[in-house]
Amino acid sequence: MSLIIDHIDKSFDAVQALSRIDFEVQDGELFGLIGPDGAGKSTLFRIMASLLVPDAGRCIMHGYDVVDDYREVRKIIGYMPGRFSLYMDLSVEENLAFYARVFGTSVEENYDLISDVYEQIAPFKRRLAGKLSGGMKQKLALSCALIHRPRVLILDEPTTGVDAVSRREFWDMLKKIQGQGITIVVSTPYMDEAEMCDRVALIQKGRVLEISDPSIPRDGDDTQLFSLRSNRGVYAYLERVRSMEGCKHAWLFGDQLHVTPKSKDNAEKMKSVMDSWDDPSLQWKPILPSIEDRFMGLMEQESEEHSTNGERI
Amino acid sequence: MNRFFGFVKKEFQHIFRDVRTLVILFGLPMVMIILFGFVVTTEIRDVEVGIWDRSMDQASISATQKIFASGYFIPAGYLQHEEEIGELFRSGRAKVVVVFEEGFERHLQRENRAAIQLITDASDANSAQLSLTYLQGVLMTYFQSMNQEIEMPWSVNMKSRMFYNEELKGVYMFVPGLMALILMLISALMTSVTITREKEFGTMELLLASPLKPREIILGKVTPYVLLSFVNAMTIVLMGFLVFGVPVVGSLWLLMLECILYITLALSIGVLISTNAKTQQMAMFISMVGLMLPTILLSGFIFPIDNMPKVLQWFSTLMPARWFIVVIKNIMLKGTGFAFIWKETLILLGMTLFFILASVKRFKIRLN
Repeated sequence: MSLIIDHIDKSFDAVQALSRIDFEVQDGELFGLIGPDGAGKSTLFRIMASLLVPDAGRCIMHGYDVVDDYREVRKIIGYMPGRFSLYMDLSVEENLAFYARVFGTSVEENYDLISDVYEQIAPFKRRLAGKLSGGMKQKLALSCALIHRPRVLILDEPTTGVDAVSRREFWDMLKKIQGQGITIVVSTPYMDEAEMCDRVALIQKGRVLEISDPSIPRDGDDTQLFSLRSNRGVYAYLERVRSMEGCKHAWLFGDQLHVTPKSKDNAEKMKSVMDSWDDPSLQWKPILPSIEDRFMGLMEQESEEHSTNGERI
Repeated sequence: MNRFFGFVKKEFQHIFRDVRTLVILFGLPMVMIILFGFVVTTEIRDVEVGIWDRSMDQASISATQKIFASGYFIPAGYLQHEEEIGELFRSGRAKVVVVFEEGFERHLQRENRAAIQLITDASDANSAQLSLTYLQGVLMTYFQSMNQEIEMPWSVNMKSRMFYNEELKGVYMFVPGLMALILMLISALMTSVTITREKEFGTMELLLASPLKPREIILGKVTPYVLLSFVNAMTIVLMGFLVFGVPVVGSLWLLMLECILYITLALSIGVLISTNAKTQQMAMFISMVGLMLPTILLSGFIFPIDNMPKVLQWFSTLMPARWFIVVIKNIMLKGTGFAFIWKETLILLGMTLFFILASVKRFKIRLN
């Protein structure tokens, strides 16, 4: 077992940041943690990286407790904080060489591990890290976190603030790193990245709502799920759909709306209303819920008690 | 060890890449020395002199003429009473008053000795000292030239008094004082800022999550500044000699060792500040207000400690600079050996150990 999170609680002053977090990550697994800002992801990652002490519970990394054996833990983890944390006034290669030396290794020794990532930024190796684009910064940070061949890679929101193409590339790189036998724990606020992980934990307000495997198809619940597309762009219809009587909830998913009617009858009614909108390109069809839909539904349920805004994602 | 040298190398890269750091590190000491060079000028010109001639005879009048003919002094008026001296000084119309005793010429001729009193406004101690030296020079030359014409040599007894600061403390203080100030400023300010910078930019988070030990981080941060501050200290000594002619009378080796001790002390204070400050600005503020001002005001650099209220005198014993200035003055100006400064050295050593222990203890191995 690579990582055991055992009923962790953590609060800052009066704010409960994490409560009863409990899961395990297998060796070589790519484990995702998905949730909105302020869900407690970074706090949990800092506990894993031995930077914070949990109020209650334990976190065991390859048999080492992150509180008692923090020195050992720090040798086997590669940590990439949510904020870009390399030296802006050092060049790409200087940053990499520094982190290699800090971990008692050299760039040459583990170059094969980072070559995939590093080769993409190698043409800019003399450029100062502060002058790199967002995507390149992330690649450099990943190279630095990998250079000492860690057993567990802890990546806190590595794709935040990175363009869609770079995000896709980044996940491809993670898959390759996983192929080298390195366990990866990664967090993201983007629901669509859930599909990339072996298993995903949905976290909101310091609680894990569900842990699931995105590759296992889920059957729709009682009410059906529909997608709505339009050549005119569906965003304009979002509020209109939401205000319809039979609509339970509707979310924007890329270029389409995912709509859950209150019941099957309501779906029929909604369809007939939409026909009157005079948009021939409007497409309304039933779909199978993805893990995103599932999570959206879960978060919605969770938020209803707290009346918070679940639309952020 | 490889880890440590990697860290030191990175630190040097930071320093030599940041223009602002370089300016503070090397520009500031230079500017301060040059500024002091202007303030503590060794040339005097047009110093206002008041004359209180109580005899008004041939000898006193021609001596007065000699003074004003020298080119360094201009008349500020002739006085009649002793009270006028204070008035003249207070209104700032004169810096020096020359008093000829009653029956000046008669004393010279009959007893071959007469008295002149030179009174200076020593609230500006340095220029007072200079004016006195020049005045004495002018009068001496004059009376020596008179002596050649007569058989019995005259002897003029010149008595100088420094008003407001009788012992004229602090004249040669500025080089040791400047050293104490600059080293404290550079060492403490720079280390506290450089460590808090890692916190502010989030790079400390990565350093903490790495196998680096706290003492490796602290030593790695501090080592470059020990070297650079030492270069600075020697620059000040050299420039003090070249610009002000302040020699190192005592052992240069001892001076260097004491400098290293003081630099280490200042650096450990800097580390302690950084463990308490969250941002660079805060570190800078604490260093400036908490260190620089007390160092200037309470170390005896500018204001004599003996003249302070008792409470402040007590407080000044907490200032490392106070002890360092004593040490440096003894080595540089008096040329005394270690036997006379072991007590001050011991105090500095004790403070250093205290701050090192405190900062290592306070250095957090985790966030928050």
